[in-house]
Parts: sequence; structure tokens; C-alpha cells
Amino acid sequence: MEIVAQTVASGVLLGLILALSAAGLTLIWGVMDIVNFAHGDFLMLGMYASFFAWAVLGLDPLLALPGVVAALGLFGVVVYLGVIRPVLRGSVLAQIFATFGLGILLRGVAQFVFTADYRQIGDTMATGSFAVGPVHLGLPQTIAALGALIVSGLLFALLDRTTVGTALRATAEDRSAAELMGIDTRRMFALAWAVGAGCVGAAAGLLAIYFPIFPDVGAVFGLLAFVTVALGGFGSVGGAMLAGVLIGVVTSVAGLIFDPAYKFTVAYLLYLVVLVIRPQGLLGRA
Amino acid sequence: MPRPGLPVIALVAAALVYPLVFGSPAAINVGVLILLFAALGTAWNLLGGYAGQISFGHAVFFGIGAYTSTVLLKEAGLSPWLGMLAGAALAALAAVLLGVPTFRLAGHYFAIATIVIGEIAHTVVRNLDAIGGARGLFLPILPTSLVNYQFHNSRLPYYGIAFGLYALALAATLMVERRRIGYYLRAIREDPTASRSVGVSVLQYKLAAAALSAALTAICGTFYAQYVLFIDSDSVFPLSLSILIALTAILGGAGRAYGPLLGAGVLVPLSEITRIAFGGTGRGADLVIYGALIVLISVAQPGGIAALGDALRRRLPQPA
Amino acid sequence: MTALLEIEGLTKHFGGVLANDNVSFGVAEGEILGLLGPNGAGKTTLFNCITGFLPPDRGRVRFAGVDVTGRSASRLARDGLVRTFQIVRVFPDLSALENVVIGALLRHGRVSAARRRALEVLEDVGLAARSNVRARDLTTAERKRLEVARALATDPRALLLDEAMSGLNPREVAEAVALVRRLREGGVTIVLVEHVLEVVMPLADRVVVLQEGRAIADATPAAVSRDPAVIEAYLGPQFIERA
Ligand SMILES: Nc1ncnc2c1ncn2[C@@H]1O[C@H](COP(=O)(O)OP(=O)(O)O)[C@@H](O)[C@H]1O
Ligand SMILES: [Mg+2]
Repeated sequence: MEIVAQTVASGVLLGLILALSAAGLTLIWGVMDIVNFAHGDFLMLGMYASFFAWAVLGLDPLLALPGVVAALGLFGVVVYLGVIRPVLRGSVLAQIFATFGLGILLRGVAQFVFTADYRQIGDTMATGSFAVGPVHLGLPQTIAALGALIVSGLLFALLDRTTVGTALRATAEDRSAAELMGIDTRRMFALAWAVGAGCVGAAAGLLAIYFPIFPDVGAVFGLLAFVTVALGGFGSVGGAMLAGVLIGVVTSVAGLIFDPAYKFTVAYLLYLVVLVIRPQGLLGRA
Repeated sequence: MPRPGLPVIALVAAALVYPLVFGSPAAINVGVLILLFAALGTAWNLLGGYAGQISFGHAVFFGIGAYTSTVLLKEAGLSPWLGMLAGAALAALAAVLLGVPTFRLAGHYFAIATIVIGEIAHTVVRNLDAIGGARGLFLPILPTSLVNYQFHNSRLPYYGIAFGLYALALAATLMVERRRIGYYLRAIREDPTASRSVGVSVLQYKLAAAALSAALTAICGTFYAQYVLFIDSDSVFPLSLSILIALTAILGGAGRAYGPLLGAGVLVPLSEITRIAFGGTGRGADLVIYGALIVLISVAQPGGIAALGDALRRRLPQPA
Repeated sequence: MTALLEIEGLTKHFGGVLANDNVSFGVAEGEILGLLGPNGAGKTTLFNCITGFLPPDRGRVRFAGVDVTGRSASRLARDGLVRTFQIVRVFPDLSALENVVIGALLRHGRVSAARRRALEVLEDVGLAARSNVRARDLTTAERKRLEVARALATDPRALLLDEAMSGLNPREVAEAVALVRRLREGGVTIVLVEHVLEVVMPLADRVVVLQEGRAIADATPAAVSRDPAVIEAYLGPQFIERA
């Protein structure tokens, strides 16, 4: 019993980070119907940013977090202007390949420049573990998860409570209606990329506290983010949060029940099953 | 039957001349890989380029082909040629079974589902000890002969077979292109709803394209197993292979019969060159070049290399 | 005369919106039926339900005496019941000819035969000179005509046109009206959705008026244009006194 509680708890902790990164993906997706296939590689970049802030500047990853978020947000805008805007009127094929190619490029650059070595941020502010009843939680994991929860809350507040957020949601709802209301949808697109990539940056900075960093680290996390978004319902930030936690728990429980090699496979299968019986996802509209 | 067009004649001539000009085993190997990827890209093109269903999971069919013929050869002593047919049939069946739930998805959603399916297959095969698991499978070495599908003295026979594979995929494409199914597939790519309004059974035609595409891909998988004589999940099932297959078609020109050959003609030598230039440690360099190429093509010329030719032709003065 | 197409008690909801409310009417073979109603009245939804693009919540659709409720759109097209779309849906990257060939392939298995049929239809609708132009490069009016041509190439028994004439200039409308008349002479039954009364009234044999999902009139154009309920639905209550 204890081991189940332990497994579920660590699944929730990872799931919250997954949820945050998926929220960033689904935001862009919802606002402009573009899937960022380089999503996982954005995460990888963010983790390297954290790593070098620590290794070169001696900054604790928690202190570096705002900087990483800003850097990724800026990177998101650059990608929007340089890669996305030119393909907006193109075919779906061109759109898919533009971000897909970008992902491959980023991964290649990371391998070339940073090498394939695994890196790990050492002696951070958050170390050790604590017990809640029978469940032992790693402090780094817990702090990262709490951080993800806080950033997700900020994202909700931004979308729900501010004029800019309302404009973003209006653009997602109905682009031409938003334009008629005087919303500059092009600026909203750029903003979606800034906020979406910023969320990924936050997830990356938090994950980097305890997770090893290497050029392919985005591959699994990226795919999990797609699955999370599809499971939650495309464009639904709330759905992404719910599905993120669900996937976190499912993967870690699956690792316990089956061979750990299958832990992601079970999450992928769950996604396929949902796809068949509820194509719009858990919280998506038909 | 229409007479063979100029491209076909040029193609055959080029394929015949190539081994005469570049006789070294390394050059023949490059030729084999170009033809293999041209065949794979052409097979992908039927589903991705004509029907517009962008698959990032074609390695699944490649892997099914490679594993089916290899397992049948090792366990039952079945000739790889028969194993190849079995693999093609199995892959076509898999394509239909996977297609029924996933073909309801459009665009990005479909692409993601194919990645997920590919990853599941990759993991399952890696952990299935009954078929070698993570250690992979070595093919039994048999005497050189066409029946054994093994040639130990020269790579030329493999080159010939690879050309045959490409010719098969191309012939299938040209046949599809000129028939009702070719029109219907393009209609589905352009607008599935409008297609239904004029009587196209969208799912049925997507499934037909998928089955044909998968079968041709599986045949290439068998060829790969016989050529390399070793397979494991990481060489025949990885996402990177699926991407390379799709990339070959996209780079050359999706939905154009000769596009994938152009794509393979650029990509294969390019990856050989980067491999030589940067050696084993520079594994990132080819990714950088691939990635940059894909972004550039999508942003500047979504029609691929083949469309570049059209654009040039349009610039030239037209004969009156 | 028995009806070629019969709608009986057709009902369709979208969440809280009742788009079609117990709609019933018939269309006789060879008839031109006008389906009128202000924006949002439920005309497009009705087309979608009749032609298999949406499942109705309740009600039946009969075509040529057979209950076809629930049949797929492609099956219905093969049965001879074909529609066009309000927001034009051509195959943008294919040529005008290829667009129509795709329609013609429904009845002609060989591409060469389908091509011949397609060229005839393009000639009929006055697009022959534009055969080799990519559909995306045609004008809006031409794209609308292309869509009609593609539908015609399937040799339908009944053709449902969803605002095929809106957005056309007067000359183009006149051409379209002439085309519809020719089609009827060729034996095609036509249901015409328009919200421009001036187009429908002289053309239609009979008119059904939808308002907020309900059929509020089913009569000859002359009778309908005197019907106070229709005038109110269409023009607003302020016009009733003057009428
Ligand atoms: N797919 C849909 N989802 C939700 N509501 C819809 C949908 N299609 C139509 N509606 C609603 O149904 C009503 C009828 O619309 P429609 O059939 O398009 O009318 P018309 O064609 O007469 O203008 C409108 O209120 C419209 O908003
Ligand atoms: Mg309408």
C-alpha cells in the first residue's frame, strides 16, 4: 500500500510539470491551430539555459527561473516571426514540417555544441527529502512541482483575469470575430508564442533542478506533452492540467505494475484508447 | 499502355550508368541507399503526398517487413522472398487496423497519433525477447544466391534489387496517379468533406493507400535485413527512420511521382558527406543540416525540389 | 405525383439551439424548390441532415421512395442526391478540369471517360476556357460555378444548392438562373437555398420558408409572397401594414 501511495505521489509531482509544459503547447495550439512539433526541444533548450546559468554564473536554478522563462519567451517570438509566420498560409504539410525541422535543428545544434553528455545541476538550494506519513518526497521534486503549480496558476490568472488574456482567448475562440472586435490577431499569435514558450521555459527550469540534461531529453517529454494535450482536449488549458497529472500518475504506476520499460507505452496506449472513444479529449468540446 | 516517358528512360539510363562510373563498394553502397530511400519515400508519398495523411510512423511497416522475413527465415527456414510477401501482407493488415481509428483524425492530430504508434511498436519490439529483444537478430549467413537473397562477393546484386524496389514503388505510384484512386486520393488531401459530397468513400480510399504504402515499405524492410544481415528495434523501428522516410518525400516534393527520388538523391549523399566530414563524433552535424533543410524548404518552397523546377520553368519565357 | 425527396419531422439541435424543428416537406421529381429563410433559420443544417453530413436527432429522409436516413454522404451521392456548400469547397490545388473529373468519376470508372464528361460539364457551365487554371486561382464566382459543375458531373437526380448565387453580380446571377433552368429541363430536381427573394421567386415552382428552424410556409412563390407570416419573418413586423 505504501509503495502505491509513494508511486502515485511521485507521479503527481512529475505530472504537474508535464501539465505546465503541455499548457504552453496547447495555448499556441488553441490560439492559432499550429502544433509546435519542436516543443520538446524548447524544453531541452530551457534546461540547458538553466544548466549554464548554474555552471557558468553560479545561479541556483530557482533564481535563474525568471531569466529562463524570459529567454524562452523571447525565443518563442523569434521562432514565430522567423518560421511560423511564413508558413501560416501554407499547407498543413508545410506547417508540420516547419516546426518538426526546427526541432531536429535544435537537437542537432545541442548535440554539436553541448555534446551528447549527460549533465546534472549539483548542490541546489533544494536538496534532501521529507516524509508525509509513510510517503517520502524528494525536496527538489516537490519544489519543482510546487513551482509548476504556481506558474500554472499565474497562467490561469493571465488568461482569465487580464484584458490581454481575454483577447488571447477570444482569438482562440473565433479568429475573425476577434478581428472584428479590433483585436490584432497577429500580435496575439506572437503573444501566444511568447507565453507558450515561456511556460515551457518554466517547466524546463523546474525540471532541471533534479533531472539530467542531454540533447534528446525533449524527445520523450515532447511526445508526452502532445499526448497530454490530446488527452486533455486540444486548446484546453484546464484539460492539459488534468491530463498532465493523469499521465504522470499513469506512467509511474505503470512502471510499478509492468516492466519500467513500458511505463511510457502505457501512457501512449491510454492516449490511443481515449482517441478512439473520445476523440475530442477529456475536457475538449465535440 | 502509355509508352514510357522521358523521365523513366532517363532514370533507367542513370541507374545503369551509375555503377559503371562509380565502381567502388562505398559508392555502390551510396547508390543502394539512394534507391532504398527513394523507394521508401515513394511508398510514403502514396499516403502522405497524394492522400495528404502525414505519417511519422512508417518505420513500423519497415520494421514489420524486416522482422517478419527474418523470423520466418530463422525459425522456419522460409525463403526471404516469401518472407517478404508475408511481411508486406502483415504490414498492409497493420495499416488497415491502425488506419480505422486514426484516419478520423485530421492534419496535426493524425501525425501525432502516428508518432505515438511508432513509439509503442519500437518499445514493444525492443522488449520482446522472443524475437531477440534489445539484442536484435542476426540473419543466418547462407551461400550467395538469388534464391537466398544474399550476395557476399559484390554489392551489385543488391544494387539491382534496390533498383527493382524503387521501380516497383514508382510503377505503383504512376498507376495510382492515372486511375480513379489517384484522383480520389488527391481530392481527399484537398478537402475530405467536398470529396464525400461527390461520392468518394474517404475512409476506404485512405485505407487502400495506407495498405499499399505499408506493403511497399515492408518490402524495403526485408531488403534492409538481407542487406545488413542484422536487425534490431533501434535500426528498423526508430522515429528517426520514420522522419527520414517522410523527409525524403517532402524534400523532393510531396505528391509528385519523382519527388522522393530527388529527395533521396540529395539526402543520402548529404548524410554520407557529413558523416565523413565530422566522423562518428559529429552525430549532431547531420541533424543540423537536415533540420535546417526542412525548415528552409517548408518556409521558402513547400513544394519541395520538384516544385523548384516548376518555379524556374515558369520564369523562363514560354514558347508561343 | 410522388415525391422524389421527402423530409418528415426532421429535427436537429446544437446544444441549446434548435436548428431544425420538426420540418416536413416533399420535392417532386423535376421540380425546382426554393428553400428560403433569414440567416440562421436552419437551411444549411437541413441540407447537412438531408445529405448525410450530419445525423438528424429525429425524423426521416426518403429518397426515391427509399428511407435513406443515416446513410453516409458518399453513399447518398451515389444514390443521386448531391449538394453544394454555402462556403465554397473546391479542391484548391487541382485544376478546374481535375475538380470536375473527380465528380465525373462517380459514374465513369475510367479516367478518359470521366474527362470527356467533365469537359462537357465545364462547357455547360461556361468554364471551358478555364479548364487548366488551378481552382485557387479562379474568381469567387468561378469557384462557385466550378463547385456546381463538379456536383453536376456526378449526374445527380437531385441537386441541393446552398446559396450558389449569393455574392454574384447581376450578370452572373442571370447566368446561374439560366443554368438552373437548363438543368431542370435535363430532368434534374433542384432544391435552391437562397436568401435573396428576387432570385428564387421567379425561378422556383414552390417555396418552403424556414424560420428559427420551423417550416412556416410551403406554397407557390406567389402565395408565399402574400403570406403575412413570411413577410414578417423576412422583413420584420414594420412591413406588414404596408404589404
Ligand atoms: N455546427 C454547428 N454547431 C453549433 N451550432 C450550429 C452549427 N451549425 C449551425 N448552427 C446553428 O444553427 C442555427 C442554424 O444555422 P444554419 O443552418 O447555418 O442557418 P442558415 O443556413 O439558414 O443560415 C444557427 O443558430 C447556427 O448558429
Ligand atoms: Mg446557410
